[in-house]
Amino acid sequence: MTKNDTDIRPYRVSVPDADLADLRDRLDRVRWTDPAPDAGYGVELDDLRRLVERWRSGFDWRAQEARINQHPQFTTTIDGQNIHFLHVRSPESDATPLILTHGWPGSVVEFLDLIGPLTDPAAYGGDPADAFHLVIPSLPGFGFSGPTTRAGWGSARTAAAWAELMARLGYERYGAHGNDAGSMISPQLAAYAGERVLGVHVTQVFSFPSGDPAEFAGMSEQDMAQMQQLQWFMASKFSFNQLHSQQPQTLAHALADSPAGLLGWNLQLMDDDAMGGRRLDDDFVLTNTAIYWLTNTGGSSIRFYREDANADAAPAEPSTFPLGLAGFAGDFSGVRQFAERDHRNIVQWNLYDARGGHYAAHLEPELMTADIRSFFRALR
Amino acid sequence: MTRTAETTKTPDRESITMSDEIRPFRIDVPQADIDDLKRRLTGVRLVQELPPDETSRAAVGIPVPPGWEYGVPLSWVRPLVERWRDDFDWREQEARLNRFPQFTTDIDGQTIHFVHVRSPEPDATPLMLTHGWPNTFTEYLDLVGPLTDPRSYGGDPADAFHVVIPSYPGFAFSGPTTQAGWTPERMARAFAELMRRLGSDRYGVHGNDGGAIVSPYVGRVDPDRVIGVHVNQIFSFPTGAPGELDALTEDELTGIRFGQKFLEHAIHDHAQKGQPQTLGHALADSPYGQLAWIGQLLAGSVEPDEILTIASIYWFTNTAASSARFYYEDAHQPDTASAPTSVPLGLASFGFDFRAPRRLAERDHANIVQWNEYDHGGHWAAHEAPETLTADIRGFFRTLR
Repeated sequence: MTKNDTDIRPYRVSVPDADLADLRDRLDRVRWTDPAPDAGYGVELDDLRRLVERWRSGFDWRAQEARINQHPQFTTTIDGQNIHFLHVRSPESDATPLILTHGWPGSVVEFLDLIGPLTDPAAYGGDPADAFHLVIPSLPGFGFSGPTTRAGWGSARTAAAWAELMARLGYERYGAHGNDAGSMISPQLAAYAGERVLGVHVTQVFSFPSGDPAEFAGMSEQDMAQMQQLQWFMASKFSFNQLHSQQPQTLAHALADSPAGLLGWNLQLMDDDAMGGRRLDDDFVLTNTAIYWLTNTGGSSIRFYREDANADAAPAEPSTFPLGLAGFAGDFSGVRQFAERDHRNIVQWNLYDARGGHYAAHLEPELMTADIRSFFRALR
Repeated sequence: MTRTAETTKTPDRESITMSDEIRPFRIDVPQADIDDLKRRLTGVRLVQELPPDETSRAAVGIPVPPGWEYGVPLSWVRPLVERWRDDFDWREQEARLNRFPQFTTDIDGQTIHFVHVRSPEPDATPLMLTHGWPNTFTEYLDLVGPLTDPRSYGGDPADAFHVVIPSYPGFAFSGPTTQAGWTPERMARAFAELMRRLGSDRYGVHGNDGGAIVSPYVGRVDPDRVIGVHVNQIFSFPTGAPGELDALTEDELTGIRFGQKFLEHAIHDHAQKGQPQTLGHALADSPYGQLAWIGQLLAGSVEPDEILTIASIYWFTNTAASSARFYYEDAHQPDTASAPTSVPLGLASFGFDFRAPRRLAERDHANIVQWNEYDHGGHWAAHEAPETLTADIRGFFRTLR
């Protein structure tokens, strides 16, 4: 029997009992570090201990697994890499295909709360004309896509793989939405796939100062507030970026061997101060981290940064595809003055006071759903 | 104990003795901890990584061995994990370390562990040796014989030292720090107090890596008693001032560029001065992870069993996070050192290591009396070039005794 390289294979998450027993054993005998003198030193021991205790007793992986398995999932091989994805078709025949791309330390779980309202608006009090067919892939090296086995899986190569994925699914024109790394990959998908992409909707526009002080002239208050958010992030959170971008493998060993350590590392972008003071529910944090642990992709996921740091610089020309932002309080959303330098066709710039933080699709699913609908309504 | 004594109005003789008390110390890791380490190494879950022919596609910007483009590879860690699990004998290493007289004392609310080896020569000069990260007091143990007893090592007895090797607060058997603010300057004050307690009226200081940051501070805080500071690196960087680099030679500019490239890639530096606790959770729970983390800076320079000894000390004392705080505290240290240092300073710079231009070093240090550059050795000169380092330390202090 020959196996077609473009096969799309049905997939269900089914973690072996032995892996759950091993995880349980490791969580039972965590060796804790001593508490740091104060919160300025990073993720706090008490926060981590509380979450690990919850992971040991209370968190139900099988329930989360079942929740993911409510949605049709598939795998396919693209450019030599296994790609896992959710594919949820709308009951509306003329729905618009939309690919949703997560980031680090998130997963496809970021978007589970959007699936019902986006695919079947009629069932959620919406307009059936706003329906989408959803494709929600796991990034190469992340979660159920498994570790990457070749170098170079950064944003650009992932974007090219997404174009191929959408083509394999028979989608000729589609939208793209992204968060975190997804907010980098989605614009690259539009740049790569051209007219096939209707528009790009992101929760962050990653346009930064070029170093020319004149760029700050006449900056709006809204932009100044975003710069402050960015500066806070750089000062309080950013050391992971340099580590991921330079020598991710040096840390990867510890993340492969210690689930508590992996949770501590990933928690830096899921704790309260990364969410504007709001607390993500434990099940969300633990489900995301458990996916990294159970697929042993803590190390391969952080290589994504290394690959991007190693890639060619961003295109010199500004983009022309329709770009929309939905930014939420507690997150760095974007500095419009810089965004307009890099993108010629910004058709929406919505900043919400709601504290959606870095995981707005999960924390503010109704606002996010409404924003995605209205952005693409104008582009269909 | 000492705290309650301080509340009495007139400290009695006993409380003074207690507060300055120096207690003999021997390393004796509980068997349960050794068994737990073996169990963790046996049940290790290894990372999945890219094959070497893939990693070699990545540009790095600094020279690294093939396969190290993404950081410490499994091909280096796995054999060491297996050796640690199957062949490495901690008790043998413990006995070796315990051949050196060790003590602890409490200074500024913190336990300080140190090796103290007196010379057989009665008029030897006290010398404190301050180590680097991710090393420990063991960095200098090969130097103890030649430095304390030159007569037995073919040297001149007039070059003898009484050697003191402290473990920094937060490192090894000094144990984790419990307070914020253990900056290099505060460590220097604690070390000056340690030398006072040991009765040293005049002493020298040597430092490498982190020790080359702390040692000049010892000279600053204790200038009347420190006769000279000898370092393997002078950490003087460009400030961006106009004209600062104008008169530099091509070699010096290359040195600056090397330093900048190194810092760009020095993930331990960024992570540990940024959010050391975030990193500490994983290193406290995985000896394999701890070994890989310190391997980035030790591989290729330090013998395998020495690396495993160092990793074991970090592991058994659970000091990954507290030692990482050294960088955080250094980065958050108020910039009080505006004036150049005045105590005689000597440099012994070894090959393949950061080397600041002399002109920038002289901006920060007014009394540089020695500037020796060697093309061999490396960042861990005490391991890689112990004879040269010993000779250099002797030569430097000979003129200052």
